[in-house]
Amino acid sequence: MEKTIDKTGVRIGMWIFLYSEIILFGGLFVLYAVYFHAFPDDFASGGKELNRIFGTANTLVLLFSSFTVAASITAIQRSKKIQSMTLLVISILCGLIFLINKYFEWGAKFEHGLYPNSEHLLEADPGFIIFFGLYYTITGLHGLHVIIGMTLLAISLVLVMRNRVSAERYAMLENSGLYWHLVDLIWIFVFPLFYLVL
Amino acid sequence: MEQVKSFYETPSPPGLTGIKAWLLTHDHKRLALMYLWVVMFWLVLAIFIGLALRLELMFIGETIMPPEIYNSFFTLHGVIMIFLFVIPAIPAIFGNFFLPIQIGADDVFFPRLNLFSWYLYVIGGLTAIVSLFTGDGFADTGWTFYVPFSITTETNVSLTVTAAFILGMSSMLTGLNFVTTVHRMRVKGMGWMQIPLFTWSLYATAWVQILATPVVSITLVLVVLERFLHIGLFDPDKGGDPLLYQHLFWMYSHPAVYIMILPGMGVISEIIPVFSRKAIFGYKGIVVSSMAIAIAGSLVWAHHMYTSGMSDVSVFVFSLLTFLVAIPTAVKVFSWVSTMYKGSILMTPPLLLALLFIYLFSVGGLTGLVLGAAGTDIHVHDTQFVVAHFHFTMFGGTGFAFFAALHYWWPKMFGIMYDFKKAYIGSVLTAVGFIFHYVPMLILGLQGMPRRYFDYLPQFETGNFLAGFGGFLMVAGLMLMFVNLWSSFRQRVQASDDPWGGTTLEWKVPSPPPLHNFVEIPNVMEYPYDFSEVLSKAAQNRG
Repeated sequence: MEKTIDKTGVRIGMWIFLYSEIILFGGLFVLYAVYFHAFPDDFASGGKELNRIFGTANTLVLLFSSFTVAASITAIQRSKKIQSMTLLVISILCGLIFLINKYFEWGAKFEHGLYPNSEHLLEADPGFIIFFGLYYTITGLHGLHVIIGMTLLAISLVLVMRNRVSAERYAMLENSGLYWHLVDLIWIFVFPLFYLVL
Repeated sequence: MEQVKSFYETPSPPGLTGIKAWLLTHDHKRLALMYLWVVMFWLVLAIFIGLALRLELMFIGETIMPPEIYNSFFTLHGVIMIFLFVIPAIPAIFGNFFLPIQIGADDVFFPRLNLFSWYLYVIGGLTAIVSLFTGDGFADTGWTFYVPFSITTETNVSLTVTAAFILGMSSMLTGLNFVTTVHRMRVKGMGWMQIPLFTWSLYATAWVQILATPVVSITLVLVVLERFLHIGLFDPDKGGDPLLYQHLFWMYSHPAVYIMILPGMGVISEIIPVFSRKAIFGYKGIVVSSMAIAIAGSLVWAHHMYTSGMSDVSVFVFSLLTFLVAIPTAVKVFSWVSTMYKGSILMTPPLLLALLFIYLFSVGGLTGLVLGAAGTDIHVHDTQFVVAHFHFTMFGGTGFAFFAALHYWWPKMFGIMYDFKKAYIGSVLTAVGFIFHYVPMLILGLQGMPRRYFDYLPQFETGNFLAGFGGFLMVAGLMLMFVNLWSSFRQRVQASDDPWGGTTLEWKVPSPPPLHNFVEIPNVMEYPYDFSEVLSKAAQNRG
């Protein structure tokens, strides 16, 4: 039995799923809120340890990639396959740049002995330990989501290449795009909470 | 009526044969039956683990197992019963089978996602089994995985927690599927107030699953991270707060008890009007109370933590909110009883089980108020009283609703009828055993016997012996019930399309239903519980 695809329904399903992802991070943000309330000073000194230039660069990279993903959806809607694929490749590269940045950032922290359960960190104040515990947990989980998002974009790229995603049928690309926006959105919250904390 | 091929004879997607027709199917009915068999396996396993626990407690000192095994066993019993039986049982089996049919659809909205959820469920179960036999044995923390013990114990908590994580994902995806299905796939002419109550309750449940499950997922992830990386988020030495774990855990796990009970209430709301031949009393009241329970139930989690060291204000607020949940629950109970008032009651095994549900669940609800009130809770916190209360609601409630649903929809799912007499005996035996089993625990709890203890003082001997005795009666009743259902496959007494005289759409289609559920586009009634046609047909037959 051939059925027309109910695009609204697919979108409802995707939005509900995204919502559950937000709740997942919501649990961590609750922890952040409680501990920030308990140790405002330690959190401020923890935030000063983080490199704001790295953080800002990563924010810009992700914001830009959100734009290119959105543009690639518009491109496929107008049947411009090559343009859509180019934009997707740029988005995936942005994700990669983000991860590389993150790698160097984490690496620098590790060199300074700031990682969970390290001797250097355990000598610090409790709030400082918690700050870095949350930092690694949240940015780590976010990094995992970046990887998932890149995988989804890569799958969409292949589907566009094989004409499985087209101007008539682009739900997969659209949903991957939505997921990528979610990854971006979460970072928009993570960035001020850790890098710009006063 | 012309013969239609049932879904057993029509694989979906077409062309699949043998075992593949099941393992790769997109058909919600086949998936429901696949859930049924796996859930039954876990249920029977956990029943016998529970019985072993009670046998151990029947006599003072070590009876059949050492204390370490006892700790692992009560964890295993809890994990299986909660994550592998009570949460998925009614939504995944009966919800999958009947939700699409009740709203006149031919499948759920995301059939492939539905299959994926089943695989997640099976993988979650297998992970639990693997965690039994690897590392230092099964977790001994209880199903709540409280820190700091869950982080420091040597046993295989990480894998057990992973199993719970996967199962949570499975249940969340099922919820997502149901919400989308109810919104987008209702047959033309079915407005929100024509949806049968079982589907309504699943809809409310699905929202709670979506809302709450991610919180426990992240909490369980944190337990694993703590075990491997010792981050210290819940460790006071490193500035963490163990109480936060309890908050996060119960933020999901209390709503989860409403995930467990709401579908059961939906089943009862279907059964009572059918066998009273009378429109359900307060259809809208029941719909609204389902949603009210879903919302209010999400705001009461900290009533598990009165003795954990919260502020008095929190205790007061959460106690008040807990009392508020009793109101929509009572609305339902009164509606069921009022439906039966002046109805023409037809006694059948599903109705008997539904009545047992109302009785046992009411006791569970009322003892819940004892626990919800901060003053009395401090006296009985973490005693056998809590165990008894919990089982009255989850087993006397959801468990009996599950058995009622089995007996109610069995003829529709398989097209065959079971033996009534054995079903009655099994149900009564289970209920009598149930009372013998749990009432002593209520008393033991009031006398001060803690839960999860391997041994006890001599004054608790009689109560524990009685509870064990009741346990054996109960298990005998349950086994009789299951064997009776099973033997219906051998006797193959054909069931008609509408053996009970139901009015919802699943009774308008052949038993078992064809692949696309409906032979012709179903006709939606103005009001889903209008029995005038059923009654006039019965009057005609009488002549």
